Amino acid sequence: MTTITARAMGQALSRVDGPAKVRGHAPYAFEQPVDRPVYLYPVEAAITVGRITGIDCSHASAQPGVLGVLTHLNAARTSAGASGELGILQSDQVAFRNQFVGAVLAETSEIARYAAGLVRVDYEARPHDVVFDAGRRDLYKPEQLAPSFPMDTDKGDVDAALSSAPFALDQGYTTPRYHHNPLEPHSTIAVWADGHFTLHMSTQGVHVARACLAQVFDLDPDRIRIIAPYVGGAFGSKVQPRADAVLAMLAARMVPGRPVKFQLTRQQTFSQTGYRPPTVQRVQLGADRDGRLLAVAHSCTAPTARIQEFAEHSTRSTPTLYATPNLRTRQRLAKLDISTPSIMRAPGEASGMFAVESAMDEMAIACGVDPVEFRIRNDTDTHPLTGLPFSSRNLAGCMREGARRFGWDQRDPTPRARRSQGWLVGTGVATALYSVFRLPGSASIQAHPDGRYTVSIGAADIGTGTWTALAQVAADALGVDLTQVELQIGDTNYPCASEAAASSGITSWGAAICEAADQLRHALADQPGGQLPPQGLTITADMPENPYLQQYSMHSFGAQFAEVRINEFTGEIRVPRQLGVFAVGRIVNPRTARSQLLGGMTWGLSMALHEHGALDPRFGATVNQDLATYHVASNADVGNVEVHWLDEYDPYVNPMGTKGIGEIGMVSAAAAIANAVHHATGIRVRDLPITLDKLLPESRPVTATS
Amino acid sequence: MDVDISIRVDGDTHRLSVDTRTTVLDTLRERLGITSPKKGCDHGQCGACTVLLNGRRVNSCLLLAVAHDGAEIVTAAGLAVDGQMHPMQRSFIEHDAFQCGYCTPGQIVSAVAMLGEAAAGWPSFATPAGEQPATPDSGGMRDDEIRERMSGNLCRCAAYANIVPAIREVAEA
Amino acid sequence: MRPFRYARAENVAGAVALLARSPEGAFLGAGTNLVDLMKLEVLTPDLLVDVRQLTSDAVEELPDGGVRIGAAVPNSDLAAHPLIRRRYPLLSEAILAGASGQLRNMATTGGNLLQRTRCPYWQNITTPCNKREPGSGCSAIDGFNRDMAILGSSPQCVATHPSDMAVALTALDAIVRTEGPSGERTIPLAQLHRLPGNEPQRDTILQHGELITAVDVPPLPYAVRSRYRKVRDRASYAFALVSVAAAIDVQDGVVRDLRIALGGVAHKPWRATIAEQALRGQPADPDQFWAAASAEVAEARPLTHNAFKVPLARNTIVETLLNLTGISG
Ligand SMILES: Cc1cc2nc3c(=O)[nH]c(=O)nc-3n(C[C@H](O)[C@H](O)[C@H](O)COP(=O)(O)OP(=O)(O)OC[C@H]3O[C@@H](n4cnc5c(N)ncnc54)[C@H](O)[C@@H]3O)c2cc1C
Ligand code: SF4
Ligand code: FES
Ligand code: FES
Repeated sequence: MTTITARAMGQALSRVDGPAKVRGHAPYAFEQPVDRPVYLYPVEAAITVGRITGIDCSHASAQPGVLGVLTHLNAARTSAGASGELGILQSDQVAFRNQFVGAVLAETSEIARYAAGLVRVDYEARPHDVVFDAGRRDLYKPEQLAPSFPMDTDKGDVDAALSSAPFALDQGYTTPRYHHNPLEPHSTIAVWADGHFTLHMSTQGVHVARACLAQVFDLDPDRIRIIAPYVGGAFGSKVQPRADAVLAMLAARMVPGRPVKFQLTRQQTFSQTGYRPPTVQRVQLGADRDGRLLAVAHSCTAPTARIQEFAEHSTRSTPTLYATPNLRTRQRLAKLDISTPSIMRAPGEASGMFAVESAMDEMAIACGVDPVEFRIRNDTDTHPLTGLPFSSRNLAGCMREGARRFGWDQRDPTPRARRSQGWLVGTGVATALYSVFRLPGSASIQAHPDGRYTVSIGAADIGTGTWTALAQVAADALGVDLTQVELQIGDTNYPCASEAAASSGITSWGAAICEAADQLRHALADQPGGQLPPQGLTITADMPENPYLQQYSMHSFGAQFAEVRINEFTGEIRVPRQLGVFAVGRIVNPRTARSQLLGGMTWGLSMALHEHGALDPRFGATVNQDLATYHVASNADVGNVEVHWLDEYDPYVNPMGTKGIGEIGMVSAAAAIANAVHHATGIRVRDLPITLDKLLPESRPVTATS
Repeated sequence: MDVDISIRVDGDTHRLSVDTRTTVLDTLRERLGITSPKKGCDHGQCGACTVLLNGRRVNSCLLLAVAHDGAEIVTAAGLAVDGQMHPMQRSFIEHDAFQCGYCTPGQIVSAVAMLGEAAAGWPSFATPAGEQPATPDSGGMRDDEIRERMSGNLCRCAAYANIVPAIREVAEA
Repeated sequence: MRPFRYARAENVAGAVALLARSPEGAFLGAGTNLVDLMKLEVLTPDLLVDVRQLTSDAVEELPDGGVRIGAAVPNSDLAAHPLIRRRYPLLSEAILAGASGQLRNMATTGGNLLQRTRCPYWQNITTPCNKREPGSGCSAIDGFNRDMAILGSSPQCVATHPSDMAVALTALDAIVRTEGPSGERTIPLAQLHRLPGNEPQRDTILQHGELITAVDVPPLPYAVRSRYRKVRDRASYAFALVSVAAAIDVQDGVVRDLRIALGGVAHKPWRATIAEQALRGQPADPDQFWAAASAEVAEARPLTHNAFKVPLARNTIVETLLNLTGISG
């Protein structure tokens, strides 16, 4: 692989879309100017499972301004293959609470919403099954999601190792339901005209969305165009299109030529856009007297939806973590009558590493080894399961650098030993890990005679900084000045590219652009005199295979540190300081990269302390379905967040040397906080979130206040 | 039920007829095409819709347009004067105080108004009892003051740790 | 939202008369609570009478050393008012502990007192709720009830009153002035809100069409040192799990007088009369504080998810009193 020389890469440029965003001028999907819009508002199932026995639309239809009512009786038929959540309005069946069973089209949003409430739906409910617990009899092993992550892994004899290990641990951990809550609710403007759909849509990948929706509507993909230059956050919830997009398109079919506008309410996003399912996990560790791991076992059970499968694969990164002769992971699911869970920032790692890295802290204490040292001691040069060397692995470096910056060597390991003005103080550490992903795609470059280059790719900027960072990659791929590059993204009219997911955006898109730049150079060399023809030259190229994939195991690493304070009277928790050191390959843009990492760390804080979707078993839906009751971290919750990285050069991952930064910031941040909470209080919280009731002193605090 | 109103937005007067149910936010976004204020929750729970209403920061999603006939509204777009960005806008860019940008216009309007509130001596929950909140003249604002006063603006991308220094810099200027 | 008419009146009497003729009408303050609930169709008034311009938006000093707060005074202005900050810091703090800067800039004094519960089942019209639909059942009792009441609830409803300001005003023995179809009256704030009993649909004793015009706060010299302590799941922009409004007058080591009110624990701001009584005339020391706080919550009847509120309320009372008196626990 030829690597490219960094000139633009590495510069802390401010976002090119910054001036538009600070004014509010960057148009998100729902803001694209359209003529004579039609507003759509859905009717949601008021039962959990069962059948619709009758729908009375007369009151709704009679409202002035109502243009139509969409139900399963009059909706266009979608492909038989459009099963699961996308197969809405195709039958009288209800598969989960709040599933769309109809919608109203009207001249204004106020009319549509009010009229939707007037649609009377009668149901025949069937008993539902929504209660998840790890002791269910019907747990099953899901299909493998990705080849690199087998659902179950085995190496050596874990049970034998555990029974003879001088130190052994066997603990359960749980994580609750998490909802993505990007600040921009899922939105679509759909126009159906001349047999073509045009969609302005809030999506992480215009091409993925198109491929999926083309299938749903049995259309040639060329007959759908999706435009998404700006996306107001996504975090996994906008990778695959959801039922809201299908509903908007079904509605657009009813009013050809008119743009149908549909934005989910915040409440609706809780049942329509996926979520990270809760997990019940078990971690077993065995260690010898020197604090070296002898066995690692990690199992996870999680619920999935009966109508569509998704696995929160919490165990997927465990085999990569530490050297161990004996290793076992297990992943099981239970199918329930609930809406479908989905990818959410660091899917698998966020939940799984909370468990494993909490257990590692417990084990370090059991072994009497400092938690930083314990992790370094169990570091490994080769992948514990596959035996492959790592393309780069700087876990120990991150740990040492983090410990130095954090002041870790001052730490007294005794729990409950430090207090300050009525608050117990503690610190904790955890290992972060995220794998390097690459998703196939292509890019095109047009060389203009005036020295400009137009780089087009159906990529997305969901806040990750693509508009800026990918232009930097393109400039270096071409070996030209950044000012010569015009980047075009967020439109299916540009070459097919992967979605902004799995921290793979820059890595995958950049690799395709590098290939296109290479081919452009060759094509230029083939021109007479090596001269660009007057009409310019356009090259479209696919991301090439990476020859090293079979030879190296590729991952990012990091060390997360946290300081917490716990009020001795109330159990309130504050996190005045988080510090992360990451080894994530080349940093394309230090300014935007830092934002990604600190955003991730704050997600970890929010996961540790705040977030918890409460599913009511009687209704089968999240009760706290808004931003007042589903808490995400507010400004006042966040203290000093320090982000650092090691200069790392990885020649095997791709021509840029990037490993992905979107998710690792969140991985294990919650574990570091939980470990700090234990250090502060002596209380080990194994069930997230760490709310004050779990730390509230039962008996009377004996210390001074003020 | 429709009612005629007039509102001034970023210096321009608009006369229109609105449904009594229409909020100021939807009036701006859906009727006037002024999409600088965003809709994140529609219930006062996120701050994305923050605008200045007669000089005060408010959540425009909870205001009925009919109740604010004649109001003077400033959005983030209107903070820029003669095409020049407001110092707060420049500082947000400089500090990378946003990612997706969806909360950003609300954050910026809120931050500008918040500094005014502090300068007027309004306390916050973070202000020690009996003390005046730090004002620009009294040597800038403490970070916990900024955090508390900005907590009505959620940022799911979690740019908080950049938002605070972005505001502090303007406060100190 | 159900379609509705919007009206303004010339004066208070006109507004009262308008509503008297409209059994389904409602007064509109800033609307931060009413419009919120109308969007969800939890409330479906057919007429809104805008009252922001009708009542006073001023804070006035009363001859007896108290203050009168006009019903239209915005929360922000009240919290920042020099009289309030100086004489009743707990009131200023309580307001600042609530909602957000933006919301406080809009919200009115009258509207704040009459804001409705934040029970998520009440806010979701597809789930049963006795407060919304009497007789349909209470979803919270056997549901997600972490935020619900531990004191004074009934088998019909376990909701809490969410206002922070009302808790401080309750501690201060504030008086609510109203004008309604049957004329003017004054109501001690402690009696304005009801316990749910068998009529959870009624939050207050106000009649339909009765308008709050002002709130009077009597003088309380020792309140110059007073506190509002709010404990919540997020450091800001969250409703109280438990809150304590307190003022205490200690002389020569003896509690001469004190005020304690609790938020987040009941269907109304909860005046901690048991704790107050236990402490009045007693030595100001941690043991006494602990015993009094424990006595106050002795009658608590927690639910499946909120048992923690009992020790939390107790501890928060003690912490606040220690804090106010500067005594070490
Ligand atoms: C996201 C969010 C978070 C919040 N957090 C908090 C918090 O932490 N603490 C807290 O205390 N509050 C909180 N609030 C609530 C907020 O304080 C109230 O919404 C506000 O105080 C209500 O005032 P308003 O003028 O907008 O009332 P409105 O919404 O206009 O009215 C509320 C009710 O009072 C009636 N009414 C209004 N004025 C009068 C009057 N003069 N006489 C008789 N009836 C009248 C109305 O008919 C209505 O029933 C929060 C609100 C939101 C949206
Ligand atoms: S607690 Fe009260 S408000 Fe909540 S569901 Fe029960 S009856 Fe309704
Ligand atoms: S949209 Fe108004 S506060 Fe969220
Ligand atoms: S920048 Fe995305 S929500 Fe704040």
